[in-house]
Amino acid sequence: MIAEQSDYSFIRKRLLNGDQSISSLVSDYLNKIQEHTHINAFIEVYDTWALEQADAIDALIRTGSQPELAGMVVAVKDNICIRSSKVTCASKMLESFEGLYDATVIKKLRDAGAVIIGKTNMDEFAMGSSTENSRFGVTRNPRNTDHVPGGSSGGSAAAVSAGMAVAAIGSDTGGSIRQPAAFTGVYGLKPTYGRVSRNGLVAFASSFDQIGPFARSVYDIALLLKIIAGHDPHDSTSASVPVPDYTGQLTKKIAGLKIGLPDEYFTDDLEEDVRPAIENSIQKLKDMGASIVSVSLPHTEYTIAAYYVLTTAEASSNLARYDGVRYSYRAQDAEDLTDMYTRSRSEGFGEEVKRRIMLGTFVLSSGYYDAYYRKAQKVRRLIKNDFDNVFSKVDCIITPTTPGTAFRLGEKIDDPLHMYLSDVYTTSANLAGIPGISVPCGYDRNGLPVGLQILGKQFDEQTLLNTAYALE
Amino acid sequence: MKVTIKDVEYIAKLARLEYSDEEKKTFTKQFNTILEYIDKLNELNTDDIEPLSHVIELSNVVREDEVKQSLPVEEVLKNAPSKTDTFFKVPKVIGGT
Repeated sequence: MIAEQSDYSFIRKRLLNGDQSISSLVSDYLNKIQEHTHINAFIEVYDTWALEQADAIDALIRTGSQPELAGMVVAVKDNICIRSSKVTCASKMLESFEGLYDATVIKKLRDAGAVIIGKTNMDEFAMGSSTENSRFGVTRNPRNTDHVPGGSSGGSAAAVSAGMAVAAIGSDTGGSIRQPAAFTGVYGLKPTYGRVSRNGLVAFASSFDQIGPFARSVYDIALLLKIIAGHDPHDSTSASVPVPDYTGQLTKKIAGLKIGLPDEYFTDDLEEDVRPAIENSIQKLKDMGASIVSVSLPHTEYTIAAYYVLTTAEASSNLARYDGVRYSYRAQDAEDLTDMYTRSRSEGFGEEVKRRIMLGTFVLSSGYYDAYYRKAQKVRRLIKNDFDNVFSKVDCIITPTTPGTAFRLGEKIDDPLHMYLSDVYTTSANLAGIPGISVPCGYDRNGLPVGLQILGKQFDEQTLLNTAYALE
Repeated sequence: MKVTIKDVEYIAKLARLEYSDEEKKTFTKQFNTILEYIDKLNELNTDDIEPLSHVIELSNVVREDEVKQSLPVEEVLKNAPSKTDTFFKVPKVIGGT
């Protein structure tokens, strides 16, 4: 039987020793999911299909082949397409929508021998920071079920945290992988924009969205990134940058590494127990020979404002396609075409999604475009310039992932702005297109996990992984 | 910048969304709180700054214009709430605004 804290290396060893077959491993995980239904991490569990996938890989292993990800049991956020399987985005709008093809990440994972065990809960269309905005109910934090798991990839984070999968895939537009990873005590990586193909990911904000992994060890994150990264002809924004051997180059030797601590991320807004946990980790890195310097990202206080203008604008455009014609939900008895559009959208979208479409429509509307949208695009450049300047002096940056630990269910749901501000340390990476990883680094007085964020240069995920590995 | 219920009604029309009178009131209030926060951006002078729309270097992606196999029509129509033969079916257009 698998242990709750099993990472992939442990499982891999058992498989190669012949101690367990993949189908028995998958059965174990299906049982784990059954034991944790109160967490509500999954929208759909592939009871039958997961075992079919497992049998196929067991058969492959019997022929002497050893697929690189054999035994990697993965949960996938429900905004990523799998052929002939539902892709709901946790929305009434797509409640019965079925994927027409496999997303590139799904294809790559399956080709490498991973088993997809199910689809995880999320904030509707990835809009939210708590996984409370779901058509299928809230997901609870396995570390304390009165608290949120974070969002929007809260189901993926909870699945890994509670041992319902070896690893999970999520998407991160402004912190949707890193913040839930921090809240549930697991690793979560948002790669550089363009590192991983977005083909088959339902779009929220196209110039921000990026797919990435959740796991229980840095090695597992490195391994998954190696498999899913790379240029894809089906995503013209995916980068033609060579993918390094992340696992092969994983090292704890960080002597001489220059790490920046941005003043703007260590303010009085930090909850009391967060700072000592982060400082403790920084001391460890110092002891291993890293040099720590203070740096400044002067436009930090404008990130949330710029982020919400730009992402809502992109969302209002991306979500215009849900018009009741092509994608599953349509309101009944409409008088005419316009009435059908309006009623399908008003009935099919939840409150937060509508709020963001409205905000996005407003900032793009005639008379406000320059004042809001163009202004925010200019501020986006200032924010990116801040990072370019700092990265000419240091190799990576360390910050808290979030100002506080997981908040209580319901605590912020009626105050949209307050909820938006919980992403204050994560949105900058998406504005600048740089990679970021959240690393578990301790607990607060209530036993809730604290996350440390490492930010790096574009396409330099290796430095993030090595720094995280040194802390492990 | 303050928006009124009338502005909210106009934006909703553009976005093809509708709200009840009660929802409009709550929404207008929330909207103004958010906009007031966003107005923070005006503290910055950005006169000489080029807008940034893409964070990584992108070049045009071109390929040969070749006929390739596409998804079968039945597949494509699988998710349509209403269809007829090889078409998406919609309510009558004449009479709409």
